[in-house]
Amino acid sequence: MNHRQAQKEKQGVVREHSDEMSPSSGRMQPGVNRRTFLTGTAALIGAATTPAWVSRVQADPVSVPEDPTKVPGTPPSAYGQRSAFELSQRLPGFATSLTPFQSLHGSITPNALHFERHHNGVPNINPSKHRLLVHGLVERPLIFTMEDLRRFPSVSRLLFIECSGNTAAEWKAPAGRTVQETHGLMSTCEWTGVLLATLLREVGVKPDARWVLAEGSDAAAMTRSLPLTEVTDQALLCYAQNGEALRPEQGYPLRLVIPGWEGNTCIKWLRRLKLGAVPFMTREETSHYTDLMPDGTARQFTFVMEAKSVITSPSGGQQIRPGFVEIRGLAWSGRGRVTKVELSTDGGRSWQEGHLQEPVLPQCHTRFRFPWHWGREEAILQSRCTDETGYVQPTRAALVAARGTNSIYHYNGIQSWKVSREGQITNVHA
Amino acid sequence: MFMRKRNVLPLVVLRTGSLGVTTAADQGRHEKYGLGRPATEAEIQPWNIDISPTGKGLPRGRGTVPQGASIFAAKCSMCHGPTGTEGPRDRLVGGQGTLATDNPMKTIGSYWPYATTLFDYIYRAMPYSTPQSLTPDEVYALVAWLLFRNGVIPEDAVMDAKSLPAVQMPNRKGFVPDPRPDASKPQRSR
Repeated sequence: MNHRQAQKEKQGVVREHSDEMSPSSGRMQPGVNRRTFLTGTAALIGAATTPAWVSRVQADPVSVPEDPTKVPGTPPSAYGQRSAFELSQRLPGFATSLTPFQSLHGSITPNALHFERHHNGVPNINPSKHRLLVHGLVERPLIFTMEDLRRFPSVSRLLFIECSGNTAAEWKAPAGRTVQETHGLMSTCEWTGVLLATLLREVGVKPDARWVLAEGSDAAAMTRSLPLTEVTDQALLCYAQNGEALRPEQGYPLRLVIPGWEGNTCIKWLRRLKLGAVPFMTREETSHYTDLMPDGTARQFTFVMEAKSVITSPSGGQQIRPGFVEIRGLAWSGRGRVTKVELSTDGGRSWQEGHLQEPVLPQCHTRFRFPWHWGREEAILQSRCTDETGYVQPTRAALVAARGTNSIYHYNGIQSWKVSREGQITNVHA
Repeated sequence: MFMRKRNVLPLVVLRTGSLGVTTAADQGRHEKYGLGRPATEAEIQPWNIDISPTGKGLPRGRGTVPQGASIFAAKCSMCHGPTGTEGPRDRLVGGQGTLATDNPMKTIGSYWPYATTLFDYIYRAMPYSTPQSLTPDEVYALVAWLLFRNGVIPEDAVMDAKSLPAVQMPNRKGFVPDPRPDASKPQRSR
């Protein structure tokens, strides 16, 4: 800790970091010193990461002026970066990385923190050489360049993408420590591209075409078959997310996005669409993304992601302080709009309706908020959403009763966060 | 679905011969733009690698179980184990009769519904570190060895474009359509 920071501690003036869990204003209270503040904030970010986070900051403090109003700031830059004080990260594994929802504040997922799932790495693609081939049961097989695709009428939609394996570890036990670990395989972005309907009109669909095979140009040449009537008017071939070109790990330069459907149907690095009369029965839709039931049969072509919600704050690994705590989270449904989110602080015995943050859009993350006063009592926090079809998010017990515990995919059960008397939050099955 | 409802208006407009009133999202559905260029057969063929359960798309070539054994040992066993059961990556052999138990083992023999998918997947995506490096003969041989190890074909079987689609997989009838919603029925009270 350098001299200036020590001075600042004495003065109790700390402006470098916003207190994300602070009641209402976010301003520091007089007399709260930097060390206490950092420790407290780190505790909210996650018990598992607290020691490393705190020691890193204390050992290598970001250099800032004592009073930023008395020195000129840095000049403009060509491509922006977040503040050096902001440290939330994806959690990378073998073939996935998880989005840190405990540290995010809106319904939009920042591009740099958007989860990843790929089947043999992120390919390195020159967009000027990338081509999309559309063929099979079409009148005119065509090849499109990226420039061609960007010339078509350009459609933008705010949509969630959720991996069918999101929350998969919760079938058997409360496995994830944080919401990043339990629910980190999802996102919401503004996706921009061409409607599949536009391209199909260009090639002319033959009358016996019923399915379309989408194929990526990654090292897995990832493929899925999609039923034409259900995707034609909805699917977008996207070249941009949140206003800029796709990130490489999100399919640069071109990916499919199927509103509300499991993420693996949103083929990335898209290079080929082939129309056919029957499903192509690829490995992904036979041996992989199929849901095994207790009787040994498996459900196939389980596309839609059903209504689901999760409290992101406070959530696993965080710690709350007595007094006002705003419960915040996300709700979504692959079948349309969220119409209601109910909150329970007593493990589902009683429910109260939360406030939905506008805009409430179909197949899109919707934020919810609920004011709560915590008085050091034990509590179990739950959220339960309802969508416009009247579907109510089920309990884990109802899911297990219907499907057993070996189906892996499409877990959308109610998430329970236990609050201890000390204010620590842990993942439980209640 | 909400988008289908929105389609009604532009379709009517199209029939009356006017494209004057469409929403931004609907533009492009009723016009052609003349973008893209025709794809020739020579251009389509190298990318047209998917294999149908009928066998359509299978290339010429053939492979035997002994040939597959040596290719598997050289190019696959480091990930799938010497007999396809040891890992560390996906287990490929065994597991028949386990799907309805507490510890289901999903392998080629116990789970995969089509033998042709095996060719498609190996040809497009394996080996993991050098995908699309195997010849059709090598893929036929690997498929033969894997099907033999799973007890699906005899040791003297030869796999080619004719014999492979005729292979009946044990779990061919094991798949059902999506019945959801199942755990929670929609309530129309609101």
